[in-house]
Amino acid sequence: MKGYTGTLENGEAIYYCDRKRWFWLLSVLYPLQPFLGIWLHAETGNQAWLLLPLALGYVAAPLLDWFLGEDKNNPPEAVVLQLDRDRYYRVLTYIVVPLHFIALIGAAYWAGTQELAWWSFIGLAVVAGIASGLGINTGHELGHKKSRLERSLAKIVLAVPAYGHFWIEHSRGHHRDVATPEDPASARMGESIYKFAMREIPGAFQRAWDIEKERLGRRQKSLWGIDNQILQSLSLTVALQLGLIVAFGWILIPFLVIHNFFAWWQLTSANYVEHYGLLRQKEENGKYERCHPRHSWNSNHVYSNLVLFHLERHSDHHAHPLRRYQSLRHFDDLPTLPNGYFGMYLLAYVPFLWYLAMDKRLLALPHIAGDLDKVNVEPSKRKTLYEKYGQSE
Amino acid sequence: MTTFRCPECGYIFSEKDGDQHEGYPPGTEFSSLPDDFACPDCSVRFKEDFEEV
Repeated sequence: MKGYTGTLENGEAIYYCDRKRWFWLLSVLYPLQPFLGIWLHAETGNQAWLLLPLALGYVAAPLLDWFLGEDKNNPPEAVVLQLDRDRYYRVLTYIVVPLHFIALIGAAYWAGTQELAWWSFIGLAVVAGIASGLGINTGHELGHKKSRLERSLAKIVLAVPAYGHFWIEHSRGHHRDVATPEDPASARMGESIYKFAMREIPGAFQRAWDIEKERLGRRQKSLWGIDNQILQSLSLTVALQLGLIVAFGWILIPFLVIHNFFAWWQLTSANYVEHYGLLRQKEENGKYERCHPRHSWNSNHVYSNLVLFHLERHSDHHAHPLRRYQSLRHFDDLPTLPNGYFGMYLLAYVPFLWYLAMDKRLLALPHIAGDLDKVNVEPSKRKTLYEKYGQSE
Repeated sequence: MTTFRCPECGYIFSEKDGDQHEGYPPGTEFSSLPDDFACPDCSVRFKEDFEEV
């Protein structure tokens, strides 16, 4: 296996191998999950197999995270530059871009050409949507980088889940406003994921549009022209999805509606668990403190990190947004999720269980120490929560 | 004409070149950027964080 040599601050020479090097291929293969169900359906004739990826995501993944546990290893800083420059890692993020298109086209072909029962049709659309939701994750990793190639690939892959505004919204909006009440993509304590979605989905689009409008205004360019980066990605979405409807028939309209919604829902789910209740404090000048690792929930669970390009090392990501996935670090005393994202999504979908698992964990964080004034609280639940935890407003 | 650098990600704002993509033409003085100017590359450092190179 490829190794890297470096020198520690005390002068000691080190040799480092990335044990996860080849396992990152899982992040490349994971978006192809619709084909697993399609293949088994084709082999057996049993449509129930089309739903198998749902079991992989919502049953096998949380169990694997539980069994395999966490990995808190960090690459030594002395080799991070070499690790970042190793083209292998970034090539993986390039390869996965066409695979997202192939996964959607393959699932659409199957939905449009097979005699499917209504439930397996919906199930296949949901599975395809989840796979395309992973495309937002791919666009996320690529979109944070400085190179023109990676930024262009981000805009291209975001066309698959019909979420072209994400690149602007996330990098320029969410990262700027994260863990503040102003951020539509940071969930508040006491806010259910369903209420959050109603704020996050339109709020994120509006913020992206406003940022792009401001930029184009400075450049004296038309908001409705080819320079609008949101419209660039959206036009690719229209071409792709209209093409699928033309190729496979009107049945693709409900398929794509379900697909798009569940792709967006993956991002909503991730956003919900990533910053729940966390709050940056205001400084004397009235501005929010800079984003620190304590402003994101982190997870070191091995399996789900390997299929998500290390997205769950979210604390380091927000503190250092351009750091590449292979170099993201664990820190001690971080807000830590008890399972990987897939398990946490399940909890989030049952708000009662989510509050049970997370509210005390949130208040127990060292920088909060039970003080609700240091928490991003849902305004409509403010009175109830302050009363529940015996604190005066 | 001075150059300023984002301490987090190394983004460079040169007053001489401006930043065409962001709509700041060559010759834009750093002091004339909006008060809420955030680094166009990382968005986690702001105008007051930038260091003169």
